[in-house]
Parts: sequence; C-alpha cells; structure tokens
Amino acid sequence: MAATKASKEQKYDRQLRLWGDHGQEALENAHVCLINASASGTEILKNLVLPGIGAFTIVDGHKVSGEDVGNNIGRVSNVTSLCYTIVISNPCLHNRAQAATELLQELNSDVSGNFVEESPDKLLDNDPEFFHRFSLVIGVQLPEGTCLRLGSVLWNANVPFLVCRTYGLTGYMRLVVKEHTVVESHPDNALEDLRLDQPFAELKSHIQSYDLEGMEKKDHIHTPWIIIVAKYLEKWFSDHNFQLPKNYKEKEAFRQLIRQGILTKENGTPEDEENFEEAIKNVNTALNPTKISSIVEDIFNEEQCNDITAQTPAFWVLARAVREFVQNEGGGNLPLRGSIPDMIADSEKFINLQNVYREKAMQDASVVSKHVESLLQSVGKTSESISEQDIKLFCKNAAFLRVVRCRSLAEEYGAETVNKDEITSSMDGADGEMVLYLMLRSVDRFYQQHSRYPGVYDYQVEEDISRLKLCVHSLLQEYGLNVNVKDDYIHELYVWPHVQLVIKIITRQFVPFNNTFIYNAMSQTSATFQL
Amino acid sequence: MADVEEPMAVDGEHMGSGDWDGRWNHVKKFLERPGPFTHPDFEPSTESLGFLLETCKILVIGAGGLGCELLKNLALSGLRHIHVIDMDTIDISNLNRQFLFRPKDVGRPKADVAADFVNNRIPGCQVVPHFKKIQDFDESFYRQFHIIVCGLDSVIARRWMNGMLISLLSYEDGVLDPSSIIPLIDGGTEGFKGNARVILPGMTACIDCTLELYPPQINFPMCTIASMPRLPEHCIEYVRMLQWPKDTPFGDGVCLDGDNPEHIQWVFQRAQERAANYNITGVTYRLTQGVVKRIIPAVASTNAVIAAACSTEVFKIASSAYIPLNNYLVFNDVDGLYTYTFEAERKENCSACSQVPQDLQFPPSAKLQEVLKYLTENASLQMKSPAITATLEGKNKTLYLQTIASIEERTRPNLCKTLKELGLSDGQELAVADVTTPQTVLFKLKLTS
Repeated sequence: MAATKASKEQKYDRQLRLWGDHGQEALENAHVCLINASASGTEILKNLVLPGIGAFTIVDGHKVSGEDVGNNIGRVSNVTSLCYTIVISNPCLHNRAQAATELLQELNSDVSGNFVEESPDKLLDNDPEFFHRFSLVIGVQLPEGTCLRLGSVLWNANVPFLVCRTYGLTGYMRLVVKEHTVVESHPDNALEDLRLDQPFAELKSHIQSYDLEGMEKKDHIHTPWIIIVAKYLEKWFSDHNFQLPKNYKEKEAFRQLIRQGILTKENGTPEDEENFEEAIKNVNTALNPTKISSIVEDIFNEEQCNDITAQTPAFWVLARAVREFVQNEGGGNLPLRGSIPDMIADSEKFINLQNVYREKAMQDASVVSKHVESLLQSVGKTSESISEQDIKLFCKNAAFLRVVRCRSLAEEYGAETVNKDEITSSMDGADGEMVLYLMLRSVDRFYQQHSRYPGVYDYQVEEDISRLKLCVHSLLQEYGLNVNVKDDYIHELYVWPHVQLVIKIITRQFVPFNNTFIYNAMSQTSATFQL
Repeated sequence: MADVEEPMAVDGEHMGSGDWDGRWNHVKKFLERPGPFTHPDFEPSTESLGFLLETCKILVIGAGGLGCELLKNLALSGLRHIHVIDMDTIDISNLNRQFLFRPKDVGRPKADVAADFVNNRIPGCQVVPHFKKIQDFDESFYRQFHIIVCGLDSVIARRWMNGMLISLLSYEDGVLDPSSIIPLIDGGTEGFKGNARVILPGMTACIDCTLELYPPQINFPMCTIASMPRLPEHCIEYVRMLQWPKDTPFGDGVCLDGDNPEHIQWVFQRAQERAANYNITGVTYRLTQGVVKRIIPAVASTNAVIAAACSTEVFKIASSAYIPLNNYLVFNDVDGLYTYTFEAERKENCSACSQVPQDLQFPPSAKLQEVLKYLTENASLQMKSPAITATLEGKNKTLYLQTIASIEERTRPNLCKTLKELGLSDGQELAVADVTTPQTVLFKLKLTS
C-alpha cells in the first residue's frame, strides 16, 4: 500500500520538524542490517521502522524460544514479543528472523523488510560481501570473535557498524565508523554571526544611513539593537584606537555609553526604550571577535582537504572551497551565515537589516560556488555533482562542521593498541561506567571459553563467579592494566539500546558519540569513552 | 539477554493461565538472586514475582508517545493490572512513534486502542482503558494504585496529578504515614531531549518544588503581532489571535481548530498575505500548523529511552529489588549522548507539598488585580486562571473567578477595588482554586503598611 506524499508528510510531521525533508529522504534511501532479532535488536529496528527507514534486513539463525517471547524486562522490550505469542504453539517451527520481520513490517507499510535465516559466522565464511550493500550494520549480542571478524569486513568496506550489548542492568554501544562528516550539527546555543567587530562594506553603509541623533522619537525607539551597538562602537573606536572593549570594565563603560543615548522625557527621566536595553544586554556576546573555531580550522588542515581527487567526497570538496574563500575573498572569515535574531524594531527597519545580511550571505555563497566549480573541473567532474542547495547549506553551517572518526575494533582490542590511558584515567572514580566496560569484556572471554554466558542457570552462579573473576584478571593482565575491579561488579551486570545514533549516521545531521557509550540502569547514569 | 539454546527448567509456581516455559526467566533472575546493588531491604524470593504478576496495580497516564512505550514495557515486565487514562483520539501524525496504533485506528480513542492491542497480544495482561481526563476522577480512584507513571504533554496536568497524590497523604500526629504514599514517576520528552523523575509525595521534591525547571511559555508581545511583525510567526499569530475572531470565517463562535486542515489553510493564506505586506518571507503551511498548535517535534527513539528509564523505576519500586532513581534524570542526544542525574531538592515553602501556608504580602491600597497578577506571574506559583474566595462576615465570598462567564462578569469590578475596599483584613485567609491543583491553596494575607 503506497502512501501518498501528503499522508506521509502528515505521518512524519513531528520528525520532519527535526531533520527536515532532506533528512527524511536520506532515511528513506537507507538499508540497515540487524544481526540478531533479540529484544534489543528488534527494539532498535522498531525505532527505525516507525520513522520510515527505507529497508531493513535481519540476519538471524535462531529459532523462537520461550524466553524470547517472555522476553526482557521493561527497558529492553521487544515489540515482536507481543506477536510471538500468537505463534507460540509451535515455536520451534519459527525462526526469529522471519517472525521479527513480519511483525516489524506491521508497524510501517512504507518500509521493506527482509530476512536471512543464517548465522553471521556462516555469512562471513561464505559471502562476506553480503554486508557491503548496507548503509549501516547493527550487531546485537555478538560474541567477541564474530564481532571482530565482522568489524574487519565492515571497516574495509567503509560500512558503519554499531555494536550493541545488554547484560543484566548494563547497556553498551560502540560506534565503529572510519570517518563521519556532519554539516548540520544543529548546535544548541550557537553564537550569532553579526560581524560587528569588522562590518562588511554593505553593513557599514547601511549603518551610515541611520542618524541616531537626528531621527524622530518613533524611529529612535524602533531602531534595531545591532545598529545601535554598531553606531556606538564607531564612537568607541575613535576614542580607543580602534580596539574593541576587551575586559569587563571596558564592556561596562561601553554599556554606559549606550545608556547615555537613551532619550529623556521632559522631566529628565529616561524614556522606555526596549531596543536600547536589548543593545546593552547583548554587548557581552555581540562584541566577540569574529573568528573560526579550532574544530573548523582542523578540518581545513586535514589531508582530505588538501588532496582533492575525483574520489573525494563532497564534504571535503566543499570544505576546501570554503577554505579557499577564507584565504582570499573572505579575508580570514567564513562565508557569512546570513541570519539575525529577532529584535525590537519596526518591520521595515528589521527587514532591511535582515536583507543586508541575507544578500551578503548569498554573495559569499556564490563565490564559494565558483571555487567548488573550479575544484571539480580540476579533477574532471562537472559542477552538477554538487548542487547549489548543498553549497548554500554548507556555507550556512560552515561554523558548525564536525568530523567524527572512530578507532577500529581491532585497535580497541589489540594488546599493543588498547587505549590504556582512557581506561586507567576513567577508573579513578572506581564506581564508574568504565568498570562495566571491563566486565562486559570479561563476560565475552567467559563466553569464548565456555560457549555460554555466566550464570544462565541457577546452579552455576557460585562457580561462574569465580570463573568470571579469572576472566577479569586475565584481561587486565593482557592489557597491562593496573586497575582494581571490585568484586561487586563481577556479581552484577544490565541495558539500554538506542537508535538515534543510527539516524544520525544516515541523515548526517546532529553529532554521534565517539565511540563507546555505557549505561548503568541501576544508578541511571551513563558515560562516553573513546576507546 | 544472552542467547540460550536450550529451554530452562521451569519453576511451576507462577504458571498462570497462558504462561509457558521460560516466559518469566529473565524477570526471575532479578527477583530471585541477591546482589551487592540490590536494595538493603530486599529479600530475594520467589514471592516477589507473584506480587508483580498478581497484585501490583499500576496507572499509566497518557497513551501517546510515552504511554505506548510504557504500556509495552510494563506489560512485558509481568505487570498484569494496568489502567491507562487518555482523553485524546488518534491522529495520523501520531503514527511515527505511537506504535500501538495503525492507520485504520485514526479517530478512535487512544486509551481504548492501546488497551486492546496489549490485551490481545500479551496473554494474562489486563489493561483497563479510560477515555477521560484525569480531572474526571477523584481520590477514591487514584487511591487504588501502587504506582502511577505519567507520560503527559502538559505541565498543568502534571501539577494537577501531583496535587492529587499529595492530597492522598495522611499524617498522624504530624508524621507522614508511608502507606499513604503513592510513588509518581514522571517522564517528559521534546525532540531529542527528555527527562525522567521519581517523586515520593511528601518525601521528595514534587513537581511544584521544581517549577522553575519548566520555564513559562514565551508568547510574542501584542504590539509586535498587531503592528510591527518581523518574523513569519508574528504574521501567523496575527491571523490566529486577531483576524480569526474578527472574520469568523467558519461561522460565529466557531473556534480555530488546529486539527482541521481547512482552518489551518485559511490561516496560512491570510498569514501569507500579511507577510507579503511587510516583505516577510518564510510563511509555510508547516510553520503555520506548528505555531497554531504549538507543535513540539517528536521521534520514537527519545520516547523509547525515557519510557525505558521510567519503566525501570516502576520495576525497581514494585519489586523493591533496587534503590530507585534519586531522583531526576536529564537526557539529551543532540550532540553525542548525554545523561545527567541529580537529586532535585524539596522547596521549604512549596505551595503544593510543604503544608506551610503561603503568605501574600500587599498594602491595603493594592488592587485585587495585583494579587491576581502575582498568582499568575510568580515563578513558583505560575497559576493559570486562579479563582479567589474569602470568608467575609461568616460567608464564603467569591472575589474573582475567570472560568465561568457569568461569574466572571459579576466579579470583574472587584479587580479594580483595593483590598481595603473589599473588606479584607490582615491575617485573612484566601482560598485559591486553579487548574494546576485539585485542591484549593490557602494563602494568608499580610497587609503591609
């Protein structure tokens, strides 16, 4: 049943307001693979199917068991379990992959679901390239060996890999992606790009058009605060050798200067000029020198940015084009963002001022566009390969670009390359989430040695505790880690899978964590580590 | 949980109707084994599972984004006696996250459809739906529950629920009787942000103790909307607030209904016209709908996360197996994944839970209007449309009431009268009723000189 465009817009309305139509398009063009339709696995998929991921494929060789149906405790709940119940009469006839696929399909007819009734190990043996077709692979509760094998295949094929594990009351997620670039990071509380410290020519002449001293009262009280600050800055510059107010004292003096500009009534008391109050309030941030953040500078200095070839992804071509702009026409500045915040002003004054910024931003973007064109030409590609829309979006977000790079699993697990510093320093708070990480790694070893997880059967608990302790100690020894893992943690472990990460990777909006996330449901705390 | 190849031996004790091998194995592991992080009072036993399955009664408020997730989680945890209240019907825009609903259910009550879904798919679970407002029920209804979990979309409703549970508390000789406490677990989400908190009424911080955490909604100043629009939003608000009441495009007394596409289309077109007059760009249908309905963006994943946190707490409290969250969790996944847990503190003079009578200080020459303004604007009170009554000359007199038109008209002149003119004296008790609380709040009037 194909949904009409209108009904899809209605259905997805609440999420379109977060990532826009282009974000939704990226989601609908994606195909993710889930390995193991367990509770966490199907929960993750549910949260991808509901917002309309293009397609999913479940890889799972298991049959449905009574446990799957009864399933896990609250936080990791399995929508497919709701439906397993109706097939419980002959559970051994139903494989998990198929059951999960059918039930997830029910949630959203826009999504196409597939399944492969096979263990991942078999696929890795016979057809590792099977995994190359996916936008992202999610591996749930994979034993260490399988995880590392798969990790290596995906790393070489540049397919992002998300490892998820839940055990007792602990949740674990590991993102493995070589390089993930983000243009629309949507930062909270971003500073405005007003250029008051170095007004561009058009802004200067627009400011000139105002005569604060000579204008009528009705215009005075409706002049945008940006103009007010700019005017008084001119005054300040001429008295202070063209230096911005730098410290608290100077900024305070500057605020006073503005305050003196407020009109007075006949009886000498000041008029109620909200725009002047806005100007005074914004002095703190408005006078920040315009500069490029170190994150963006680093991006400009990356090798990817220097060596543009026909294979270079669009992000790096654009970054290079912007860099060229910065070093030439931009005079050391990024292309103007072009937006201004709302402020007390009459409509005409505000719109005119807004247009000054918008037009300059468009101009800067078209200069960047020329750089893009010549870069593309230099490697034999047409200018159509990067759209004007993408160039504009890139320029608007130039100050917020982000690049996330994760270490491979091989590096994390290797005795020579393990991140000892991160582990030891995070162990200082001995009750922290890092302990849970070490516990999970130890549990993996246990599985490798005993082909089962510790404490599955009641009668095993006591002996398994000591076996697990041995695993912990051998792990710590192998890595040369001089840390102490309290016995308490060896006794107790639990989850929290999370899907938003997948959406971030696919839409390239918002910033993913780098690279390990641990959740402790007992204390309801969490931490991120870079391992 | 770990992938187990063989089925486990079953403990026959709790095989109710519809139970099968291994169904509750996961849950049993938590309840039947002690651990260093379990609650000091917890005694692992096979009886805990019995309580969870047979006796524990939970109320879920809201069957929307959080509610659907909560119902699923609680039912799969083994809780069988669940009630759910929701006054809404299903809309197509719910389907991207409220997964108990299908396209064919659009228009039906959320509570009913959610209950049907869970009852049909989870054997033994008995969800009882209530297609009602929370205010339609009284103390006798709420008293029957062991734990109440909220997935609400309004601060007012939260405060009302908060007030209701506080009114159920009983004190003996000034000491709180713990058996009268019904834990309230409250979750909220907005885009990629969310929070979950545990409230033990009378013991921990309540909703009103931390009212400042919910900043009041910012509305555009009227002069901007009426004569100096700058943003597309201003144009939309103009049409909604000024042009619609004037033009009554769909008939006299027909209010703007944000869910009616014809209404939104009308607002959209007029807003575009207004924007064109001022050279303002950016009015779209989507923006129009967003402004009129005050839409908050939402996705499945944030709701899943917060509901999971809330359900974990329900499980912990219902089973006494672990120490509950103490007491506020904040979640944000815009940049990376961030959680922060802290203990919100009780406010000494909280108007809802402190039992300390609130003071109102005004000079006798102050007008009643000023008292009203204080009640609505004060950050700790944030009342919506308070009704003020006082006992004068032995009789209960309504000084001002907004919500009933005839009484509003009759008492309106009092707003311009001074407290002295109204006959109020120092130390006088004023009873204030408001949507934010099920019980009237008593204030003590202190007349300053």
